[in-house]
Amino acid sequence: MTDKTYDGPPDYRLVGEHGMFPRTTHDEKARFNFLAHLNRHLASRILPGVKTAYETRIEPNNPVPNHRNQVRKQLLKDPLFQHWSAQRRNTMELRQQAGRWVTLRQAEAMNAKARDLTEGDERLELDPDLEIPPYLAKIDHHCMPGSYHDELVPGDVTGPANYDCGIFVTTGGGLGRFNDGGGHAVVKWMKTNRPDFAPKRILDIGGGLGQNVLPIAQAYPDAEVVCLDTGAPSLRYGLARAKEMGVDNVRFVQANAEDMSRYPDGHFDWVQSTMFLHETSVKSMPKIMKESHRVLAPGGICMHVEQPQYSPDMPLYEQAIRDWDAFYNNEPFWTKMHELDLDQWMVDAGFSRDELLHGGVAAVVDAELFPEHANDDVEDYGRKAAWHIVGGEKKAA
Amino acid sequence: MTQPIDPLALAGAKPKGKRPYFLDNPDVERVMAITMAVAQELAVMRERLDTVERLLEAKGISQADIENFQPTPEQADARGAWHQEYLARILRIYQQEIEALDKPDEPTSEDIGVELGQDG
Ligand SMILES: C[S@@+](CC[C@H](N)C(=O)[O-])C[C@H]1O[C@@H](n2cnc3c(N)ncnc32)[C@H](O)[C@@H]1O
Repeated sequence: MTDKTYDGPPDYRLVGEHGMFPRTTHDEKARFNFLAHLNRHLASRILPGVKTAYETRIEPNNPVPNHRNQVRKQLLKDPLFQHWSAQRRNTMELRQQAGRWVTLRQAEAMNAKARDLTEGDERLELDPDLEIPPYLAKIDHHCMPGSYHDELVPGDVTGPANYDCGIFVTTGGGLGRFNDGGGHAVVKWMKTNRPDFAPKRILDIGGGLGQNVLPIAQAYPDAEVVCLDTGAPSLRYGLARAKEMGVDNVRFVQANAEDMSRYPDGHFDWVQSTMFLHETSVKSMPKIMKESHRVLAPGGICMHVEQPQYSPDMPLYEQAIRDWDAFYNNEPFWTKMHELDLDQWMVDAGFSRDELLHGGVAAVVDAELFPEHANDDVEDYGRKAAWHIVGGEKKAA
Repeated sequence: MTQPIDPLALAGAKPKGKRPYFLDNPDVERVMAITMAVAQELAVMRERLDTVERLLEAKGISQADIENFQPTPEQADARGAWHQEYLARILRIYQQEIEALDKPDEPTSEDIGVELGQDG
């Protein structure tokens, strides 16, 4: 061991344990620590080698690719890429198993706690007849068994609890104690760029268990906030979690964002999504974008936060590596979504070109707890907590 | 009544969507998956032992002490550094492969043996 200052992932014991957070034993925490390190090792020690292998033994010996899929197919024949991929997939499987073990062994207690916190609370609006869209029903996104919507028993919250306690591992703590670095980043962008914006109603589409919408709700305490999602377990856990964290101005509504007819035109001053569009589909996106435009008030702001698009100046190798999740981590729409001309989609949804909005945001985390993330240079293509905003500002009437 | 949840059966459930295999021989991938799971458990054991040792240093041990142990920032850093070292050790074969990328024409010991046998 060297005497170099330690610069790896933080200990799992720094994770924020709100009242709904699953309890973990000593060994369960240790298991998460191992997985955070394994993820980091694969990204910082092995992946750069894959790039060298590409440059030294693949590129010189193969036809010049003209598309990232060709790069991917060339990579698939290389033993180092094969091993990196097999390890990464396996690490994802280990992470799911570790998190599911934690939540399933205490399922009864967790489900009872969520029931006690949410029963009779009108801020939880569930719709048992809602049909789960095919792009969510056909495959379990990022290899999460049961996805966002399945319930093992009525009133189940173990799925979102697993998401909440395990994402710290996948990101090596890069999203902060409460995995809400994305929400803090969005707030920071808004406070910096639109200091006078005072939204009365805020909508977070595909908000899941609401971890990223809580910082927004806290930053705008007078606003009524809606976290809209198709997954009942996420919403149930989300309200219980918000209450335990003392955030009271968020409603959790089960609905499909393709049809938000429950809200009148111009109802929201701010329409927001984070890491959402890539889990939908090319058929649903125009409906979602149209609806987002419709429910947006004149003078309001719409913002979608995502990983950067594949642009012609992004090297094909980088595109191919960013695409890994699409093919091997059950994010089937990832590849298509990242090649779309999102500006055009916003225009087709009703925004004019001069209303469009662009920006970049990076996760805001507690720099004292996570000093290495203050200037983290490990690039785990497609997972880094640095995002692009595509949005629109509706002109005041 | 619904069936009780069986964590042993369900924790490792397969996600919906066919699993990709990357290695030329899927058996090797299976062995790799098992090896990494064992590596994980060894890491867990090592962390627990570390907790016990550090507690022993200070006082006698109890189960509750172990469950609730919080490393200081320094101790957490030391543990993190151990993880880095541990992974580098287990995954050394990849490090070797990466280092060898610069040396595509490096001779094998056999090559050198043949060469040396022909010396003089
Ligand atoms: C990757 S998660 C993102 C969750 C959260 N916004 C965050 O920042 O972590 C995507 C979410 O979108 C939801 N979702 C997907 N399609 C939807 C739709 N048509 N309407 C509402 N929610 C949807 C999923 O249930 C899931 O919770």
